[in-house]
Amino acid sequence: MKNEGLIYRISGPVVTAIDMKAAMYDVVRVGTEGLMGEVIELHGDKAVIQVYEDTSGIRPGEIVVNTGETLSVSLGPGLLTQIYDGIQRPLPTLEKEMGVFLTRGVDADAFDLEKIWTFEPQVSVGDTVVGGQVVGHVQETDTIIHKIMAVPGTGGVVKSIESGDFNVTQTICTFEDGSDMQMMQKWPVRTPRPYQQKYPPVIPLITGMRILDFLFPLAKGGAAGIPGPFGSGKTVTQQSLAKYSDAQLVVYIGCGERGNEMTEVLDEFPHLIDPNTGKPLMERTVMIANTSNMPVAAREASVYTGITIAEYYRDMGYDVALMADSTSRWAEAMREISSRLEEMPGEEGYPAYLSTRIAEFYERAGRVETLNGEDGSITVIGAVSPPGGDISEPVSQGTLRIVKVFWGLDAGLARQRHFPAINWLNSYSLYPQSLDQWFRDNIAQDFPEIRIELSGLLQIESELQEIVQLVGSDALPVDQQLTLEVARMIREYFLQQNGFHEVDAYCDINLQYKMAKAILAFQESAKSAMASGSQLSDVVNVPSRSDLMRGRLNKGYVDTIDDMVKTMLAEIAATVEEN
Amino acid sequence: MTGKEYRTITDVKGPLVFLNKTEPVAFGEIVSLRLSNGTIKNGQVLDTSDDLVIVQVFEGTAKIDREAGVTFMGDVFKLPVSTDLVGRILDGAGRPRDGGPDIVADEKADIIGAAINPYSRRSPHDFIHTGISAIDCCTSLVRGQKLPIFSASGLPHNDIALQIARQAKLTGSDEEFIVVFCAMGITAEEYNFFRADLERTGALENAVLFVNLADDPAVERIITPRLALTAAEYLAFEKDYHVLVIYTDMTNYCDALRQIGAAREEVPGRRGYPGYMYTDLAMLYERAGLVKGKKGSITQFPILTMPGDDITHPIPDLSGYITEGQIVISRELHQQGIYPPINVLPSLSRLMGSCIGEKTTREDHKSVSDQMYAAYAQGRELRGLVAIVGEDALNERDKQLLEFSGVFEDKFLRQSRDENRSIDETLDLCWTLMSRIDTKYLVRLDQKWIDKYHPDNRK
Repeated sequence: MKNEGLIYRISGPVVTAIDMKAAMYDVVRVGTEGLMGEVIELHGDKAVIQVYEDTSGIRPGEIVVNTGETLSVSLGPGLLTQIYDGIQRPLPTLEKEMGVFLTRGVDADAFDLEKIWTFEPQVSVGDTVVGGQVVGHVQETDTIIHKIMAVPGTGGVVKSIESGDFNVTQTICTFEDGSDMQMMQKWPVRTPRPYQQKYPPVIPLITGMRILDFLFPLAKGGAAGIPGPFGSGKTVTQQSLAKYSDAQLVVYIGCGERGNEMTEVLDEFPHLIDPNTGKPLMERTVMIANTSNMPVAAREASVYTGITIAEYYRDMGYDVALMADSTSRWAEAMREISSRLEEMPGEEGYPAYLSTRIAEFYERAGRVETLNGEDGSITVIGAVSPPGGDISEPVSQGTLRIVKVFWGLDAGLARQRHFPAINWLNSYSLYPQSLDQWFRDNIAQDFPEIRIELSGLLQIESELQEIVQLVGSDALPVDQQLTLEVARMIREYFLQQNGFHEVDAYCDINLQYKMAKAILAFQESAKSAMASGSQLSDVVNVPSRSDLMRGRLNKGYVDTIDDMVKTMLAEIAATVEEN
Repeated sequence: MTGKEYRTITDVKGPLVFLNKTEPVAFGEIVSLRLSNGTIKNGQVLDTSDDLVIVQVFEGTAKIDREAGVTFMGDVFKLPVSTDLVGRILDGAGRPRDGGPDIVADEKADIIGAAINPYSRRSPHDFIHTGISAIDCCTSLVRGQKLPIFSASGLPHNDIALQIARQAKLTGSDEEFIVVFCAMGITAEEYNFFRADLERTGALENAVLFVNLADDPAVERIITPRLALTAAEYLAFEKDYHVLVIYTDMTNYCDALRQIGAAREEVPGRRGYPGYMYTDLAMLYERAGLVKGKKGSITQFPILTMPGDDITHPIPDLSGYITEGQIVISRELHQQGIYPPINVLPSLSRLMGSCIGEKTTREDHKSVSDQMYAAYAQGRELRGLVAIVGEDALNERDKQLLEFSGVFEDKFLRQSRDENRSIDETLDLCWTLMSRIDTKYLVRLDQKWIDKYHPDNRK
């Protein structure tokens, strides 16, 4: 057997080659155009290959060449600000080579191999370097120092190391055993990068979205699933997270989604400012766009490409957030390939290994001690697009078994234009226990109690609503009517947030706390005023309350809110005297 | 260019023909079949290997026997394109249907169409005025968008599509759209209705029609929209036209897809539709948009009828995940005699945010639209409550919202088939209707717009 074979069969993205030496997951070049593919099944002397580009016009008998490598990504300075397809080809380069339509058979380097970076060594001659250890620094963007690490599994005693200007393929360091290293390294995408140990998640990922941070917080290193029917705002939520969450780096995977949406992100991100650093968002972002009409096998690969890049930056000690929109399209790509392989299907035609693959993917999230001894994390947020919005389907269920945070999007809320349309009754987060200490120490001692109080009110509201459905709200006792008013205030003032509004889109966590306190202060004073004889309608309709509520759309609200609350409380107290 | 003729058919099954060993045949290659009675049929290669080739026959497999001769044409399916297409009526396989001459090709374009590089797209942001209040105010259409109409049998989706085709233009410009109309499995009656309307308004001269009717071969429907979109891409990206593609009915297309899947004995997905239907539909819908360096645009208006009015059926469901929103037609409103019976609550335009506002429509548009939605949604919800407890049990706020939901349908939604409201008229109408609700309940409205546009403040 040799490294070259011939095409035997073509069926859509699946090609079978014969007479070729092949191992599982070898990368091969298919046909005279050299289309990239990956061996996914061996069958006697036949190798089954999934091809990452369109296969129309390819004929049996054409050549297949095995490169002997596994599907890998290139890692090194220059990754940030890039936008890739599913197999790490930069889309701007493809545009240069192919024009606006994606044709095939074009190879492209993941980043500029000739670009010169200034390398500052962090180890000296004679030091022993182990795999994963940082040997030097490169300023990649204004905010991110790119740490050049020895490839896990390599290293040695440093024989020479140089500072100065190099491109990513030039040797910067040599070892006594004769090996050397460059700034660029490769890593196979289907193999998780190693680390020393996983830590429990104790720091929240602050997102600036009130319902998420306050009611259903996500930990750095955690995993969250966002299932929801179409039009419920998955993509908007994912994009808000990519824009405003306090991760140091963001990997955004547009997996099998709309082309125009990716364009929107591409147009918007370079102009948006990271609220945490004041620098353009693009400088901390790597984007992967494999839209729904791009080759399906590359869609399957895109999530692995993304998470491997995320792991690489995690290993430098950064907090990385990875958004995958949508994991359902990834699962469908698996299903499509699986059915072409004529595998025995599991539930709904998905392959039997679906839930294993989902679990393996989310398990690459986590807060870890890196090989280098630093603290780094990957937070994974996966959108799920269940057919008909019914989350009993395999992809949603496979995801929910793994993730600890469930942000359930609700079509009914979306129809009322309640955004983010996250259902506060069925969503959950299992992190509050481990995060509460952080909230107490950094925001306010009573933060967890306030959270419980708010969610309790919402729970009571849903019970009262059932009664209201039967008898009307006027039939309820006034204290319960007040509870409904307070719950409405929580919904309209606190939970609703306009992701497109220049001020409201991002809400500082301290302001969130103040807003929550303002609601409870209203409840408190309204109760006591009514106990002293005020009418519910007078208390509810004090003008300063709607000022307070509308005020959140104004800049500088964090400075004015305290006074507005005072005014409101005074007006409510005044309703007693009027009676 | 025609090669050797093979007589190696082993099996014929549904729309598929299976052949034994031939020359190396390309995946996707076009095939010509000559029957013993001299009839010529066309097909395309679905699966190819050294010893077996599977061909999908567009015209149906009737009369094909094992003696039929099969010739491989050496190329994938291509459509001859030129500006001569404009004003022509073609059948579902791209042959003239109007008795006119063959299209003289400037070039031949691969009908599968390559994906647009997401980096090479331009963001759509030009508001398209349709003159229909429900659409202009609540689900604004943008040039380059794909916005399907989710309808069901017996509803006036065709009227709405035609009204949009007639009235669509950019605000402040006289640029008109070229309509590419693609019929898949609709009845001759429906087709005549479309054609007569396009003829009446003179739009036919500026249109290209691809027509596969209910009694035309079902498998042909797989390529009909691809032909239409290939023509659209040529006109938009080579000839700078703004193209509006209307295709109807996507449900028939998907059924044809299922038919082929079943004949290939593929593992079916939900409701028997193939597992790759999402990808397949995406390869049609994603051919909308604008690209860098080209003036033209493709806007898509697919029409689909939801089987059993079920929006969770795989066809509307998968479509909704790909398209940039949807316009949902409601049977309930239709039965109340309201035209256009658009249910704005499940309707959505994802690109709306990029095309409305001070520069394109009006500064208060977003705020007004949000408030109209919210108030109507709450009013509708109250109807259920009123049915149980009666109107008297409602508080003042709820009474106003309930009343509003009625006038929303009667005054805002309802308009005649040739009524072309300007965006100013539409938004002013919204303010008039919203002024029936006490301002303190209109929490979605920015105070500055209330000061400026509320009828009480405009006197």
